[in-house]
Amino acid sequence: MKDFFQLLKNLKKDFTGFTNCKVAVLGDTSTQFLTQAIRAVGYEKRLDLNVWETDFNQIERQIYDTSSELYAVHPDIIIVFQSAHILLSKYNKLSTDEHDMLASNELSSIENYYAVLSEKLTAKVIYYNYTEIDDHVFGNFASKIPASFLFQLRKLNYELMLFASKNHNFYVCEISTIQNRVGKKTFFHTSIYINYEMVLSVDVIPEIASKTVDLIAALHGNFKKCLILDLDNTLWGGIIGDDGMENIQMGSLGIGKAFTEFQYWIKKLKNRGIIIAVCSKNIESVAKEPFEKHPDMVLQLNDIAVFVANWENKADNLRHIQSVLNIGFDTMVFLDDNPFERSLVHSTIPEICVPELPEDPADYLEYLYSLNLFETTSYSHEDKQRTALYKIEAERKTVQKSFLNEDDFLKSLHMQSLVEPFTTFNIPRVAQLSQRSNQFNLRAIRYTDADIKFFAESEKYFTFAFTLEDKFGDNGMICVIILHKENEQTLFIDTWLMSCRVLKRGMEHFVLNKIAGCAKENGFKYLKGEYIPTSKNEMVQHHYKGLGFESSNEFWRLDVANYEDKKCFILEKYSKVNN
Amino acid sequence: MEKEQLEKIVKEIFIDVLDKKDIVLTNETTANDIEEWDSLAHIRLVVAIEMKFNTHFSSREIQSWDNVGDMIACIYDKIK
Repeated sequence: MKDFFQLLKNLKKDFTGFTNCKVAVLGDTSTQFLTQAIRAVGYEKRLDLNVWETDFNQIERQIYDTSSELYAVHPDIIIVFQSAHILLSKYNKLSTDEHDMLASNELSSIENYYAVLSEKLTAKVIYYNYTEIDDHVFGNFASKIPASFLFQLRKLNYELMLFASKNHNFYVCEISTIQNRVGKKTFFHTSIYINYEMVLSVDVIPEIASKTVDLIAALHGNFKKCLILDLDNTLWGGIIGDDGMENIQMGSLGIGKAFTEFQYWIKKLKNRGIIIAVCSKNIESVAKEPFEKHPDMVLQLNDIAVFVANWENKADNLRHIQSVLNIGFDTMVFLDDNPFERSLVHSTIPEICVPELPEDPADYLEYLYSLNLFETTSYSHEDKQRTALYKIEAERKTVQKSFLNEDDFLKSLHMQSLVEPFTTFNIPRVAQLSQRSNQFNLRAIRYTDADIKFFAESEKYFTFAFTLEDKFGDNGMICVIILHKENEQTLFIDTWLMSCRVLKRGMEHFVLNKIAGCAKENGFKYLKGEYIPTSKNEMVQHHYKGLGFESSNEFWRLDVANYEDKKCFILEKYSKVNN
Repeated sequence: MEKEQLEKIVKEIFIDVLDKKDIVLTNETTANDIEEWDSLAHIRLVVAIEMKFNTHFSSREIQSWDNVGDMIACIYDKIK
């Protein structure tokens, strides 16, 4: 993290085009440096934060006097920073029998602030919780004395969380956990406090500003949605391909513990709604083995929305994951123990957040905690299901990627097609496809509902509507064929159109097998096709040639007597051809 | 470190923190002589000097400085 002086340099940079937001800071100690740092950190998240602050100790007046500057500023965000030091001085001034009332008095004053603010403004309130000060008047006995300062301070922090849980626009910013992490010695410098009324050291100001801006950014919809994980030495110790199942490190012993705890953290993120993906240089079956068989593995395959294991470049694989999930790169976090891979990803796709994981896996979690990567401002039941929803969408593409052989992939899809003539039920959809299909449409002649109805009822036509479903889901109707009995020998393919969603699945072969069969059964000798070029159907210009039709004048002709069914992995579900 | 060298480093910190290139510092210089040297700038100066010399001033030390000369003498005592 940049230090305060480095951050200040941002203030001179150009904020044009950044999201604008008005922030008011109300503090009971000096907040000038914090205010500058908040604007400076905003720069790094493309936020143009116009931060206005009151002179310190003006909180009450600014809030209760509705003609104050606060209301004139009309902020989007109001940060209220009442420090533990001032809380202690309030406590000191109370009489001994009032000491146990400190927390409830303070809470009701905070509730009143919030009530007045919510009535006059739509601003969201960010309240800094209290950093712990133990005055050691009771020593360890403080826990048994509700009137002790430590007891009251902790009670107040707890009450703040309760209050936040019930009040939509009231957010607590956890500066207390920052002090826990960096230590009070770093957080608070007595000389700065005594001389300048500042309770935050210059060292810790960037941390506080950053955590505050995380919250503001999340309120503006700027947060992470997806965590992508490397496997070897990231999710477990060792290399699965070299060390094998029994030697990779996980579980309760030694460094294995670090990986297990790391996995539990990821599992909690997944349950919170973060999409989890895997991107590993491995053979897929080998990479999946621990997920399926290792007894200490916390994460299961069904926790992973997209699983990519191959030997390709990781930046390309991340692009693949991005396209499958269809979320922005700036919402993705990539964790990898290998500095080479990190640097490759960072330099190729700079929008992706790539934390510099520490060398020692024992340090992973503490380091990641310190980054506060997964800020959010909402949480609902749906979040728990998110990975499952994305998983279904992602599976088909992922599966395709994992098959070296296309036939194996197609076979694995368990595709089925329902083939029906035009009926009153499907006529509207047939007409719609006829109107809308541009690319895979051999003659591109458009038919209306009435036209389609005519073909359905006419003795001179065979009509087919095809659906396609596979193990992942149903694509619905995706192909339409209209055959015209031109003469006793020839069936003319008046219409052949398909949805581009199902390209490269062998659907063309399935359809041709079907209509060649129809021709044969009904005593026709030839299928006759025609390609009429349009500005959009270039992709099918070689369609009939590719399927083995022979050129004949302006048309294409297939001798059905000698036709052998083409290879195809689609099974017919149900057929009801009208004759 | 020689006092002259120390003075040079302190001057560089002043130039950087106050963002003022043509600064003139003597032992007698006080905050009143430099427009940019306000109370916030003073904290930044103190912290920047602490960071540079990896030391820490007590509140009493900070309060005892009347001019740049006092400041430099105090730093010199700490690091010698």
